[in-house]
Amino acid sequence: MNLTPELAAHRDRIRQVALDYGLDFFEVVYVLLNSAQINEIAAFGGFPSRYPHWRFGMEYEQLSKSHTYGLSKIYELVINNDPSFAYLQESNEDVDQKLVMAHVYGHSDFFKNNIFFAHTNRKMIDSMANHGNVVRRHIDRIGQETVEDFIDVVLSLENLIDPNRVFLEGGAHHVAPSRAGGEPAAVGKIRAKEYLDSYVNPPEFLEEQRQKLEEEHRQRQQVPDRPERDVLLFLAEHAPLQRWQQDIVEIIRDEAYYFLPQRQTKIMNEGWASYWHTRIMTEKVMEASEVIDYADKCAGVFSMPPGNFNPYKVGIELFRDIERRWDRGQFGPEWERCTDHEEKLRWNRPTNKGKEKIFEVRRLYNDITFIDTFLTPAFCDQQQLFVHRYNERTRRREISDREFDAVKQQLLASLSNGGNPVIKVIDANFENRGELLLEHDHQGLDLDISYADATLGNVQKLWNRPVHLRTLLEEKTRLFSHDGQEFNADS
Amino acid sequence: MVLRIERDRNRFREMIKGRIKKDFKKFISEGEMIGRQDGKIVSIPIPQIDLPRFKHGKNEGGGVGQGDGEVGEGTDAGQPGDGHGAGDQPGEHLLEVDITLDELAQILGEELELPRIEPKGDRQINENQDRYTGIRTTGPNSLRHAKRTYKRALLRQLSSGTYDPGDPRIIPIKDDMRFRATRQASTPKANALIVYLMDVSGSMGDEQKEIVRIESFWIDTWLRNQYKDVEIRYIVHDAAAREVDRHTFYHLRESGGTKISSAYILLEKILREEYPVDDWNIYPFHFSDGDNWGSGDTELCLKLLGDAVLPMSNQFCYGQVESPYGSGQFIKDLDGHFKDEEQFVTSNIPDKDGIYPSIQAFLGKGR
Repeated sequence: MNLTPELAAHRDRIRQVALDYGLDFFEVVYVLLNSAQINEIAAFGGFPSRYPHWRFGMEYEQLSKSHTYGLSKIYELVINNDPSFAYLQESNEDVDQKLVMAHVYGHSDFFKNNIFFAHTNRKMIDSMANHGNVVRRHIDRIGQETVEDFIDVVLSLENLIDPNRVFLEGGAHHVAPSRAGGEPAAVGKIRAKEYLDSYVNPPEFLEEQRQKLEEEHRQRQQVPDRPERDVLLFLAEHAPLQRWQQDIVEIIRDEAYYFLPQRQTKIMNEGWASYWHTRIMTEKVMEASEVIDYADKCAGVFSMPPGNFNPYKVGIELFRDIERRWDRGQFGPEWERCTDHEEKLRWNRPTNKGKEKIFEVRRLYNDITFIDTFLTPAFCDQQQLFVHRYNERTRRREISDREFDAVKQQLLASLSNGGNPVIKVIDANFENRGELLLEHDHQGLDLDISYADATLGNVQKLWNRPVHLRTLLEEKTRLFSHDGQEFNADS
Repeated sequence: MVLRIERDRNRFREMIKGRIKKDFKKFISEGEMIGRQDGKIVSIPIPQIDLPRFKHGKNEGGGVGQGDGEVGEGTDAGQPGDGHGAGDQPGEHLLEVDITLDELAQILGEELELPRIEPKGDRQINENQDRYTGIRTTGPNSLRHAKRTYKRALLRQLSSGTYDPGDPRIIPIKDDMRFRATRQASTPKANALIVYLMDVSGSMGDEQKEIVRIESFWIDTWLRNQYKDVEIRYIVHDAAAREVDRHTFYHLRESGGTKISSAYILLEKILREEYPVDDWNIYPFHFSDGDNWGSGDTELCLKLLGDAVLPMSNQFCYGQVESPYGSGQFIKDLDGHFKDEEQFVTSNIPDKDGIYPSIQAFLGKGR
């Protein structure tokens, strides 16, 4: 549904204010929806439709249950697309709608300018629709359960991609699997007159031949020459998959790479958008009568259950900190060398580069480099950040440290690889039996073995031969294996 | 407007039902979920429906939190909060899913292979429909049927040649007039009455009452699904019987001797006075630990059942829970006497696991 004239007027005003502040965004199309429609869109991750799968149904159930559509969901409802689409709930008051619009322009600017998004598909709306169509066609041909079960298998591996790949030439984006070592030979068809062709060379026969050739081709290869972190790509290229299965792996992989930068910049993105909605609302757009409601809403967005970490809050505060510091010259070698706490607090050389700096930051950094570069002891104190750990002895989670170094290190560790373990393909011909060997790059954290069991089983379903995973568990090297029937551990 | 996501949502609900079915035996004796009824919907915690993936162990590593607290203090940090990416990560916590009682009943029926209940054949009730679907030639003006009247008049004019297409005026006469009228329709009205009788003498402990509560929940669910209207009455007894409301039924703590006949007398009275057999399908359920006071009383019970209660009931069910204090004699007496009566069903419920076969015994006959 289109915006009402009043909302359209607000939008135009806010848009102009945003432009005046120097924001540079994709045009945003606002859509007004009722709560059921909002829940649907939210369940689909902001897209009008996705491939059919129960996970979206599950998300929808959860969202519908909670009934209220709060501000914490804004982020998900802007999509990285040109134009950006954003969704407003009909029943919200004007002050909420204005807040959302301001917030959304911030996000759109971030999507457009941050380098980690540079490789993403800005017409993803079309691609998502296309993915849906491809999957539906396969479902029609093959059957819902078969396809859905296969999607389940691939989804469980969707975090096995390589974030660094996007910076290689050509990027990760278009996946036309390049076969290392050339293409397998073309399928030889049996000679037949044209009108007899589909009878003498039925599709099943051709498919069979093709798979046979691929199998032989695969066995001849020396793979991989270096540990491969993009496991999905490896499987797409080397596992004995049928055409429709390959389609699905490519779709899931494509979507995983699309969403990757959003995961890598959550704190920054939320902080940036919050920073701008705050400035736009408080400095230009809000009516006096709306102040109380606005404050109330903000209190909700920026609060959190005691103890938890709120990316909106930390993000916006860090941006403000950077702006303040760069306005007052609180940076550079002289500043770094100063050890007098008091002097640092009073430091004020009016360099006034704050605004320039934050725009630069939003362009070049992701959460990890953002935290690494700009987190200061003073900031940690101010924000009351702490490290928490599970204490085996007392059997509860406890605050374990408030020291700056510990906090910073812990934060970086949690952000590393989005909190996921790093898994690489080591050998596709393990023990010379065509078995697959994966390795977990242990960086101090053990795997959850029961999950690893099931996940390894899924890898096996794609590989079709036994698969193995080498990891460190409780400081001992272990080799876990799955042969399709059971999960075993050797040492 | 049907949302696109309805399809996915239905898929998901199918999965949930599948989950429930898979663990149904265990599920049926779970008392917890019953407490979460909200009208027609029950909230059920389902163990994770998530997709496995490679991840770190749950208690591995720590995290960063914000807020007050000394080093060493406990914290709630690390609990998954709201607002993470919708649609790109499946849920990884315990799910609470809403399921309607009807769906539950359906699953119950399928799992236990319960046949549909057939209300007794002659339970037809003539209802005066207050709907004017008939036609008659006389009546008050307020019930005039304009269209029909007009049609008759038109017909008359056409056939008598007085119809002029150039000046088409139709004037009805008295014989043309038609009026709406009511029509008698008889609809089979399926009403059910459930009467729960429970022994609340000293020998029935909390665990026993819990079993009764769970079992009666499932019986309720099933019978409500089979009948349009269900009424429920509750009778408790020790040495004397009285009728109570639902809450009292499940929470009462009495202690006294046990005279089961008192319950049957009260039951018979209620049925006789308030529920004409022709209009009601009656299902009494009696739960006790079987420790009746004296064989004289048991004689009386058997007589009451045989002469009065059984003829009025579709089915009489007796469930004997086990308690350390009960002798369990009553079920043997009943079985001995009524073994061949089709309307009579007994079952032993030694513990929560016995609920499942007991429900099957009670509801399996489909009466």
